[in-house]
Amino acid sequence: MGERLDQKLAREMRFEIEEFHTEYCSILDRGALDEWPEFFAEDALYRITSRENADAGLRAGLVYAEGRSMIRDRAFTILNTQMFAPRYIQIFTSNVKVFDIIELGFQKNDEALIKSKTNYLLLQTLVDAPTTIHQSGRYYDTFVRKEGRLLIQERQCIYDSVLIANDLVYPV
Amino acid sequence: MFSTDVVIGQDGALLTEKSKKMEFKWPEMGLTEIPDWIYTSPDIYQLEIEKIFHGDTWNFVALEAEIPKPGDFKRSFVGPTPVVVTRNVDGSLHVFENRCAHRGVEFCRQNLGNTKEFICPYHSWSYDLTGNLQGVPFKRGIKGEGGGMPRDFDNKNHGLRKLKVSVIHGVIFASFSVNIEDIRNYISSEILEEFEVVFKGRELDIHGYYRNELPGNWKLYHENLKDPYHATLLHSFLVTFGLMVAGSKNAMIADPLGRHGTLASAKPDNVASALDDNTKHEIRNFREDFKLSDERILDYIREFDSPWSVTMQTIWPNLIVQRELNTLGIRQIIPNGPHSQIMIWTMFGYKDDSEDMTRHRLRQANLMGPSGYLGVEDNEAIKFLQEGVRRSTSEVGVLKLDGSNTGSSNSVISESGIRGMYKYYRNLMGF
Repeated sequence: MGERLDQKLAREMRFEIEEFHTEYCSILDRGALDEWPEFFAEDALYRITSRENADAGLRAGLVYAEGRSMIRDRAFTILNTQMFAPRYIQIFTSNVKVFDIIELGFQKNDEALIKSKTNYLLLQTLVDAPTTIHQSGRYYDTFVRKEGRLLIQERQCIYDSVLIANDLVYPV
Repeated sequence: MFSTDVVIGQDGALLTEKSKKMEFKWPEMGLTEIPDWIYTSPDIYQLEIEKIFHGDTWNFVALEAEIPKPGDFKRSFVGPTPVVVTRNVDGSLHVFENRCAHRGVEFCRQNLGNTKEFICPYHSWSYDLTGNLQGVPFKRGIKGEGGGMPRDFDNKNHGLRKLKVSVIHGVIFASFSVNIEDIRNYISSEILEEFEVVFKGRELDIHGYYRNELPGNWKLYHENLKDPYHATLLHSFLVTFGLMVAGSKNAMIADPLGRHGTLASAKPDNVASALDDNTKHEIRNFREDFKLSDERILDYIREFDSPWSVTMQTIWPNLIVQRELNTLGIRQIIPNGPHSQIMIWTMFGYKDDSEDMTRHRLRQANLMGPSGYLGVEDNEAIKFLQEGVRRSTSEVGVLKLDGSNTGSSNSVISESGIRGMYKYYRNLMGF
């Protein structure tokens, strides 16, 4: 893995993933959840779970979506059926590490699976309370690159902040 | 936010009758009025810990499936009090306080694990899996220097404080009371019926945990699940997608004392025809045009011998058993002061589930928990209620739905379950 990975390629890929995170977090920060499913492959897996569960190999998710349709339903439900206090969120990502790039196509870097890890910090501001660090965690991602564009094939959001302050409404 | 993040409406911000030194006298209206002070007073909270959580109650502490092997242990709570649940080498189950008998150190810091003994990190006092004191370092001092324990110090008198333990269908309960009744009597036949639907005869497969602080009084969670009225009004997801509908088959089943409850409903096969126009009108949030892209989350695979597709059980004072279609779990309530409770959710399926069934349960779990389509709404509503009773000038809540009936009811437009609980509570607390 590490030694086989072309460092120049990994660096380029890291930059591309950072750009991806910027776009992804920007739509979540704006609350534009209807655009959120478009970042995922059709058969993507998306899960938010505590480090406690992840370390023990337990499969439950705070959010657990098999496929883009379920991701779309999550967005729809938050926007249309759920009752919760108004809030602002900001997600900060950093420390992107590319683990592996698996070429799928003939043209170098055209079709590939990319495995990476990124730290994230979710800040939440309720209108009548201070801004708080709502979640500190890591994305364990598998991206698929098709026609020059990255899509999430799998995103495991593993959070250290095991004791949640009341609830987690918006996805990370 | 955590209750410690409260900025507006901190304790003492509002100098009304509520925060003055007062006598706790229940309103003259009786059970149709609930005084705010049962949710806000630190004195009442202390009394509840003493009379309820440390009194004659069975408190949920663990599932056997969490500690299947000899030496397995779980860190848990009885009321706000930390305890350790263990499985001894002979397979027997034990519960003792997580407090070293020496200086009071909460020695066990790991949620789950396996060990031969517990050693307090401060001075290395060691305890066996049943809570007996095994060893005290330098018990007889150091040769030539003296020191050590007095001659009459006997390990037998310095073990950990042990609690009484009962197990029923793999669910472990503990009690500080020595006079506590048998667990089956305690739960009651009315409640045991649906409890057994979930637990009897099937080995559990733990899927994972959620933990959250809910900034609201612990009793509000019991009320929420003894309150069928809110289900179709707050949770528009349930109504929109036909999981629970006012007018279809629902029930609130209480034990004779009114402290436990089963909130039950049977999912109609076709929601559009189950809802008449008047009902649709009453439920403001109902939208016929709403559709899910992946409707598997609504599927109910009939695996239980029960007329109900959903049962939410409140087992006094700290356990919720959730069977929402095929997603299963328990919630443990840890009271945390008048304005706060910690909730630990343990989600599970069964050992003999197929991979498809496990994934169905995992998908359906999106309904529940601190990010659940329904779970978020309960947590938010309870938080809002706590903020309301904490900051306002009025002093009572109104519980007049379905007259003055207490306990069981077949109507969802009823608050008899909550009144039944407070009838029991008032008697127990002496007001």
